[in-house]
Amino acid sequence: MSAPSDLRYTRDHEWVRVDGGEATVGITQYAADQLGDIVFVELPEAGRDLEVAKAFGVVESVKAVSDLFAPLTGEVTGTNDALAGEPELVNSDPYGAGWMIKMSVADKAQLDDLLDGEGYDDLIAAG
Amino acid sequence: MTDPEHAESVIHDTPLASRHESLGARMIDFAGWRMPVQYTSILDEHRAVRERVGLFDLSHMGELIVEGAAAGDALAGAVVSNPPSLAVGRAHYSMICAPDGGVLDDLIIYRLAEDRFMVVANAANAQVVSDALAERLEGTRAVLDDQSLATGLVAIQGPRSVDVLTPLTDVDLGALRYYAIAEGSVAGIPAHVARTGYTGEDGFEVFVEIGRTGELWDKLLEAVRAADGVPVGLGARDTLRLEAGMPLYGNELDRTTTPFDAGLGRVVKLDKPGDFVGRAALEKVAADGPKRRLIGLIVEGRGIARHGYPVSISERRSGIVTSGTQSPTLGVPIAMAYVAPSDGEPGTMVDVEIRDGRVPAKVVPLPFYRRSS
Repeated sequence: MSAPSDLRYTRDHEWVRVDGGEATVGITQYAADQLGDIVFVELPEAGRDLEVAKAFGVVESVKAVSDLFAPLTGEVTGTNDALAGEPELVNSDPYGAGWMIKMSVADKAQLDDLLDGEGYDDLIAAG
Repeated sequence: MTDPEHAESVIHDTPLASRHESLGARMIDFAGWRMPVQYTSILDEHRAVRERVGLFDLSHMGELIVEGAAAGDALAGAVVSNPPSLAVGRAHYSMICAPDGGVLDDLIIYRLAEDRFMVVANAANAQVVSDALAERLEGTRAVLDDQSLATGLVAIQGPRSVDVLTPLTDVDLGALRYYAIAEGSVAGIPAHVARTGYTGEDGFEVFVEIGRTGELWDKLLEAVRAADGVPVGLGARDTLRLEAGMPLYGNELDRTTTPFDAGLGRVVKLDKPGDFVGRAALEKVAADGPKRRLIGLIVEGRGIARHGYPVSISERRSGIVTSGTQSPTLGVPIAMAYVAPSDGEPGTMVDVEIRDGRVPAKVVPLPFYRRSS
C-alpha cells in the first residue's frame, strides 16, 4: 500500500489535493485502517477559518476518537455531506468519496511543509 | 504474596496468541494479556455474532475452583449471591464486594458438583478475586484452587452456535439450559460446556485444559467458518455487551460502585443465612436507596457519547457516561451512564457534553437490544 503520488500529506495522516487555489482534504488509507470502522465524522461549516496544525474536526471509529488537523491555513469552502450518512466511505475510499473538506489556500508556501507520497510512505515505514 | 509491580509488567499470552496473529488480528495489551481487539472489522465481527456465529478467545479470564464439604457455605460468606441455592450443573451471576459494599468484581459462579464450584472472574481482577477468596475461605472447610493459568476458555456465540457445536460434542445441548453447565467432550477434548455468554445472543463457553486450547480453537473455528461465522475480538465483545446492557468492570462497575447503583440489587441476597463480606454496608444501601442510577441513553443529536463525558439536565450536572458507542445493530449512538436517581426515568431528556457542545439524549430502558425468540 503506497500513498498516491499526486497528493501531499501531513505527519498527522491527512492528505491534501491542490487544484488551483482550492485544496481538498481527507485522511490517509493508513489512518483509516488504524482507526478501524469509522462511524462518525464531525466537520466544520463552510466559511470557517482554519489555522494550520490546529484541530478542525473529529473522526470516530467504533473504539476511538481522533482529531483532524488542518494541513493548511485557509477558509472552509465545502464539506462532504455524504459522510453524515455514510462515514464508512472514509474506510472504503479515503482518497476519493471519503474526502472531508475543501478549503482555500491562504499561503501556498505552507504546501512546501507537506510530505510527498514517497515521504509519507517513509514516515509510515519508520513506524 | 505476589509482587504487584512485577505482576503489572508481565504480559501473558493465551495459548492462541500465535493463531490470532496468523489470522491478522490487531493485538492489544488488555488486563495483562496480549489479546486480539479485532481480526478484520469490529462491525463485521459484531454483525456475525448477531446474525450468525462468532468465536472468542477468553482464556485470559480467571477460573477459581472452590471445593470441599463446606464450599457452598464458605462461598456464600465471600460473595453477595447465595451459591448453596444453585443446583449442581447450574450457574448464576454474582459479585464479590469489599466490606464497604464496593464491587471488587462481577462473577459467574458455576456449581460443578455438590462440593465443587467454579468462580469465573474478569482477567483484570482475577488476582484480586483470588486473593480475596483465599482470605475469606481461611478457617472454613473449603479450599481455593486457582486454575486461571491452567484453563483455556473459548466462547461460541450467536444464533447458529447450537448448530455449530452439536456435531462436535457429546453434551446434550438441547437439554442444557441458559446458565447451565455440563461436563463432556468437545472435538474429542474433555471440556465443561456452559450456556453462558456476554453478547446478548444464545451461545456457549467451553472450558478446557490449557494445553488443548489450540486444538479446540482450530476445530471450532473450522466449524464456525463453515457456518459463515468469524473469530471475534475484544472490540466487538465490548459493543455486543453494551447493546445487551451488560456492565463492564472498569466502566459501569468499580470499587466505588455498589451492586444497587448498577441496578443489580437483585444479585445481592440479603435474605441468605449468615454474614457475608459487605452485608452491613449493602443493607444500608438497600434501605436508603443508591445515590445514583445506571441508565441507558440514546443520543438524539449528532455525536457519540463516550466513557467519561458529563451528563447534565438544563445546565445542572447530573452524572457521567460510563460506556458509549455507535450501536452496530440499532444504527444510533448508545451509552450507559450514571445519573442522579431522580434523573433516570425512561423518557427523560438529558444533555451529553461532547467536546464543545451539548448533545440531547433520551433515557431508555436497558437493554438496548434483546434477541428475538
